[in-house]
Amino acid sequence: MSWLSANRDYVLDLALTHLWLSVLPVVIGFVLAVPVGWYASRHPRLRGPLLGAGGILYTIPSLPLFVILPPIIGTGYLDPLNVVIALSAYAVALMVRSAADGFTSVSPSVLDSSTASGYSSLQRAFRVELPLAGPVLLAGLRVVTVSTVSLVSVGALIGVNSLGSLFTDGFRRDFTTEIVVGVVGIVIIALVLDGLLVLIGRLALPWAATARTARSAS
Amino acid sequence: MSIVDETWQWFRAPEQWTGASGIPSRLLEHLGYTGLTVAVSALIAIPIGLWVGHTGRLRGLAVVLSGALRALPTLGVLTYVVLLSGLGLTPITVALTVLAIPPLLAGTYAGLEAVDRATIDAARGMGMSEWQVLTKVEIPLALPLIVGGLRSATLQVVATATVAAYVGLGGLGRFIIDGIALRDDPRMVGGSIAVVVLALVLDALFVLLQKAATPSRAPKVPSRP
Repeated sequence: MSWLSANRDYVLDLALTHLWLSVLPVVIGFVLAVPVGWYASRHPRLRGPLLGAGGILYTIPSLPLFVILPPIIGTGYLDPLNVVIALSAYAVALMVRSAADGFTSVSPSVLDSSTASGYSSLQRAFRVELPLAGPVLLAGLRVVTVSTVSLVSVGALIGVNSLGSLFTDGFRRDFTTEIVVGVVGIVIIALVLDGLLVLIGRLALPWAATARTARSAS
Repeated sequence: MSIVDETWQWFRAPEQWTGASGIPSRLLEHLGYTGLTVAVSALIAIPIGLWVGHTGRLRGLAVVLSGALRALPTLGVLTYVVLLSGLGLTPITVALTVLAIPPLLAGTYAGLEAVDRATIDAARGMGMSEWQVLTKVEIPLALPLIVGGLRSATLQVVATATVAAYVGLGGLGRFIIDGIALRDDPRMVGGSIAVVVLALVLDALFVLLQKAATPSRAPKVPSRP
């Protein structure tokens, strides 16, 4: 613990970077995946190929993806952008499935009645479908968030700083305290973000409070 | 010369295809770790998952446990285990095994839970014992999801074993970690491509296996959200 108090600024700095590197891909992934998932739910023929492509992307292990990206997109090997782009790709791959499932779960009769009461298709998408798909979207978002927070640490192997740097540094120095601080920090970030999502869900989707916990988005 | 050409040259070099540090032996090592750890995890996780799924007991605990393990950063677990118990294959294999348990556990109990209650009641009504209900009704119907759990566990071990090269494991991850340490870009990109190909091939095999495990006349189960 004395190590932690002596290095508080260093650890806090890494934790902030870690938070930033986790939140950015989750937000990017969510914003990209929701329209794609919505589109897939309305065009059943495209659903299979779209979800299949996501599945293949998600199959690629993270460390190799971090290494292969720079030659493809022309970034430097140490650029944190590689981590953000790779993790955004995973987030999209996971979220598209949740989004497609969520929008498919909206009952067609609800869609018909909202059209009948004069909603344009854009209004219907935002005011009817999005809220009703909300609980499934949220469940997917929670899984994506927790796994992204944990994956950011792998970036330390290619020299992108995060709380994962405490693992590589602690390993080189044969110093377990540093590793434990990193693990605890990452678990805390994951729990806090997850709690925030649950809270946002309670506030924005009050009708879904009971249905949500039972769902596993595996 | 571009990195693409350099990586191509790396793949074509004869030393990559022979000896203990060539691609074939690294691939065999990687497959060996993966097969061993997935097999041991399956022996632990599948019986527990069957018990939880069949009886419905301790379900909450299984959900929390598999969720919490997902949040653990694998690199942190690996470096910690190796520092505590010293370099060597055993501690790393144990860590890989533990990390493969959650997806297997989740797949097994979710598979059993997805079996229609009416089918199970009908089986009981026909006079089947609990053991027969489990082995003749629940397991066959849950098999696609159990194989799905094996699939996620296998892919996760392939990925984690790659990262474990950092703490001294062999396998294809060696090329990546050594390539990074030596600033040998073709080696690390080549190694990465090899891991990606391995993961995609294994995934494709599991797709076939999952198709084979799906009972042909089973009613369509709605996709789980």
